Amino acid sequence: MLKFLTENHYEAGAIILFGIGFLNLLLQDNLIKKFIGLNIMDTAVYLFLVAQGYIVGHTAPIAQAGEAALATKFVNPIPSGLVLTGIVVSVSVTAFSLALVLRLYKKYKTLSLDAVLELLKEDKEDESNP
Amino acid sequence: MKNDAGKWEKFFKWINGETTLDSVILAKSRRKRFLKRKLRQQKAQIMANKLKRSKRKIENVICLIVAAIFIGILLYTASGLPICGRWENPANNEVTKRYIEKGVEETGAVNLVSGMILDYRAFDTFGESCVLFTAVICVAILLKRDKNNTDITEDTETAEDDAISNADGNLILKLSAKIVTPFILLYGIYVILNGHLSPGGGFSGGAIIGAGLILYTTAFGQESTRRFFTYETFKKISSGCLLVYCFSKGYSFFTGGNHLESMIPLGKPGNILSGGLILPLNICVGIIVACTMYGIYSFFTKGDI
Repeated sequence: MLKFLTENHYEAGAIILFGIGFLNLLLQDNLIKKFIGLNIMDTAVYLFLVAQGYIVGHTAPIAQAGEAALATKFVNPIPSGLVLTGIVVSVSVTAFSLALVLRLYKKYKTLSLDAVLELLKEDKEDESNP
Repeated sequence: MKNDAGKWEKFFKWINGETTLDSVILAKSRRKRFLKRKLRQQKAQIMANKLKRSKRKIENVICLIVAAIFIGILLYTASGLPICGRWENPANNEVTKRYIEKGVEETGAVNLVSGMILDYRAFDTFGESCVLFTAVICVAILLKRDKNNTDITEDTETAEDDAISNADGNLILKLSAKIVTPFILLYGIYVILNGHLSPGGGFSGGAIIGAGLILYTTAFGQESTRRFFTYETFKKISSGCLLVYCFSKGYSFFTGGNHLESMIPLGKPGNILSGGLILPLNICVGIIVACTMYGIYSFFTKGDI
């Protein structure tokens, strides 16, 4: 385990960052802070993917015109493409969830999830026995 | 003399961030409505405080334990991974080798990542563009202003906000936006057009153009952006680009999964007109991303483009 932490510090860092984001998602009561936690988790996944594609001593996969592109010269381009997909999905999910939060705030005037749930319960009680 | 005192009072209020310089009167009329709405807000606040005091503690401890177990399991699983950064790792298999060694020859793009995401894996990028488009549609459904989801108070407040930002002048912002915006847009276009030659491409260039549009809108207001970019143009441009992308890559479905040779010649790698379909597809993706960025921003701020 310790050997892993010292040798694969990119992966270890990514997993710890993922845990921090996960804890943020669980512990925060404020909805916007919850989604910041979700974004931290996304960042951890990017770091993990890029670390998988990295090769020591190799450079970014941009060939020189006229020169032969050798596999012993460039890092793996596939994880870079996957990270791009990840970034796009994370932006979309963040925008969508923040729009939902804005609608919730317009109705309940609070960002606290617990308060929203309590107010929702009260509204339901008001409806059932007016 | 009395007038002077009023000025100083206004100035101190402005320093304290309570109000903008020309908006003291506006703010007073707004405050009444604000207090009325505050009732519900206070109720929610009291509720939140009560909840915070009572039962959060046990839950927090449980959350901590769950997260610790989660991290532990992940670390234990990942400790079986090969050492990072070696060529022999299973992630760097024959697919990678093929993409790197044949990429320039087959796609015509010097930037191998661009060649990969817009030629070998063009469907993946098409999916990404669709995800972005769907996201902006969802945001529009949730936040677009119409008769059903806004009341008069909100409308008047938006009008007042516009009046305040117009009256203030915002000289520094306006002047710097006037100087910087053309260069930002030009740089974004450069990044898109050189997507197959240098780092960058449709996504990053589109994001830069979107940022330029957002800067312009914050400085000069939405009215001035509407002169060239309305909701109609937004709809037409982004769905049009998505359709162009769909038709230029979607024919593979009808040809039985075989990738037809495109009519556009690949050209000499390293030239700006090379790479076959990659350049037009980059432009399509860039336009979609720019529209999405600006669309999301304007739906969040004003509820309309």
